[in-house]
Amino acid sequence: MLRISIDRADELFAAIAAQQTLYLPADREDGQAEYKKWEEGVKLSGRLNTVRSAKDFFFPQTENLAEFKMEGKKIEVIDVRRESEDFVIFGVRACDARSFGILDKVYLVDPVDTFYQTRREHGTVVTMACTRPAETCFCQTFGIDPTEPEGDVSCWSDGSFYYFKANTDKGQKLLNSLSSLLEDGDTATLDETKAKTKEILAKLPLAKLSTENFGCDKLNEYFSSAKWAELSESCLGCGTCTFVCPTCQCYDIRDFDTGHGIKRFRCWDSCMYSDFTKMAHGNPRLTQLERFRQRFMHKLVYFPANNNGEFGCVGCGRCLSKCPISMNIVKVMKALEEK
Amino acid sequence: MQEAMINKAKQLLADGTVNRVIGWKRGEFVYDITPAVFETAEEIDADFVCDDFTAANVSKYLVKESRKEGKILAFLKPCDTYSFNQLVKEHRIVRENVYVVGIPGGPKLDAEKIKAKGITGILGVKNENGTLKIDTLYGEETMPYYEAILGKCETCKSRKHVVYDELLGEEGEVISAEDSGRFDMVEKLENMTAQERYDFWREQLSKCIRCNACRNVCPACTCENCVFDNPASGISNKAAADSFEENMFHIIRAFHVAGRCTDCGECSRVCPQNIPLHLLNRKFIKDINAFYGEYQAGEDTTSRAPLNNYDKDDCEPSIVHERGVE
Repeated sequence: MLRISIDRADELFAAIAAQQTLYLPADREDGQAEYKKWEEGVKLSGRLNTVRSAKDFFFPQTENLAEFKMEGKKIEVIDVRRESEDFVIFGVRACDARSFGILDKVYLVDPVDTFYQTRREHGTVVTMACTRPAETCFCQTFGIDPTEPEGDVSCWSDGSFYYFKANTDKGQKLLNSLSSLLEDGDTATLDETKAKTKEILAKLPLAKLSTENFGCDKLNEYFSSAKWAELSESCLGCGTCTFVCPTCQCYDIRDFDTGHGIKRFRCWDSCMYSDFTKMAHGNPRLTQLERFRQRFMHKLVYFPANNNGEFGCVGCGRCLSKCPISMNIVKVMKALEEK
Repeated sequence: MQEAMINKAKQLLADGTVNRVIGWKRGEFVYDITPAVFETAEEIDADFVCDDFTAANVSKYLVKESRKEGKILAFLKPCDTYSFNQLVKEHRIVRENVYVVGIPGGPKLDAEKIKAKGITGILGVKNENGTLKIDTLYGEETMPYYEAILGKCETCKSRKHVVYDELLGEEGEVISAEDSGRFDMVEKLENMTAQERYDFWREQLSKCIRCNACRNVCPACTCENCVFDNPASGISNKAAADSFEENMFHIIRAFHVAGRCTDCGECSRVCPQNIPLHLLNRKFIKDINAFYGEYQAGEDTTSRAPLNNYDKDDCEPSIVHERGVE
């Protein structure tokens, strides 16, 4: 398999960055990791995951869609879209890599979201297999194998080398462009690393969590479950879970009056917010119970109902670590399953 | 302490003093604790927990809970009692519907600080003579206990309960600013040049993801409809439309809670991006102390707050210029 010594990581990153903008998870001062544009001196983080997911690259938190200028009765519509540049995201975990497939099912179906599509076309995803899964990980629940991540290029590390395999034409093109740096090598130590990771995966506290009791046929039973009251009781109604989530895809479109024109922007929305899907008549979900229920029903029931059984969660565990009151999809699943 | 609390809760439920108990519910791991209301002894036996990770301040929940049928038992740590008192003062908590049992405070631990050390796969955490022994999927790890202490507990302002109906454990003392070091970081920021300070806050606030966790957890933020949630206000809350808005959200919030913020530290505890938001509030507290005399919000329920009061000795707005602006 193609590989490069980890000691030469800087050369590798420099070679990629010479062709395209390169983003990778880097450690922040507070010990958390965040995607950062690579430049000389930026080191790939050893943390399992970033605070914000990799969805930001394709579905940014805020983007301007159009601008309007009015003069008398004339309205000028200005297309503010800029040509996207090619970019590489390096070090995406298997969970986040799967999330792109979920977002695609929302944004690349008719009517295609061309803003999202453009960024998908310009982005090359290089994943990184996990070697130290955390207690909060449960990607296996959704059929993800973190030792075999998807992406345009899959990458593995055994501590000494990075190994690469292209999965798409785009990925192959990237690897071809790096051929002078990559050498063919055997994978004996990598296979050992994978085997060790698999042992840990089997021992994860959430390894047994299953989706078998979820899906479209559970709609009525779960929607009217009495459990929601207790589960949502301490929910603060903040948007942390939705904003760190790699699969949350809801957005709001609003007009911003700049004083000398209108900017129409799109931004992430959260079903946990009191003004989510607010319409002329008001809000269809009046209490936090209904908003809370929406988030989990969407991931565990509605999304699979509309997408051939695929769930709207990848088990990255971000909401498990970040929810201010530690209420999350795992607790919800376990509670709903209990008779 | 947990056992004494459980016994107390069950006793007060059984004798009818209260019909509910607010406390903390154990989670999947050692640290993912959820504030919860318990109604029966069975629920309490099954899930009630009070340990190194029960840092959440439950006072704000009492705004809603104290308006329900019957009396609720609330276990409050010293810092939580300040929030409680402040909310009573603002007529947000119905005092007679809450039975307050004071419990010893922290220091509590911060799982994020343990994780920031690169420790992962956390299965158990134990403090042994100042060393934190962490049982993980990858074997035992250790780190100094003090390095895992939650930010808000590092600069604890008081071990004294300012309100309670009953106390479990020993009562403590108020800790002076000199001893707690509560304003040290504020002073450090004050001593920076304007540009350095601006750069500090820009870097911190640019991490904000507009999740509103700080506002929603804040016991001083109990408006029925926040201006930032009101579409008619013309504020683009969900979009950081520009860096100005991103900064302004936190600064406006700090102004709004000035004089009412008890410095409970929940804003910084819940911030997913580790923004030291409490420093904005502490700056206000420090200035209020300097301009109007020592004042601690939540200390009592009757005194007039300095910013709601007028006194002929009050400082003039020109103080800003006198103190010098770069």
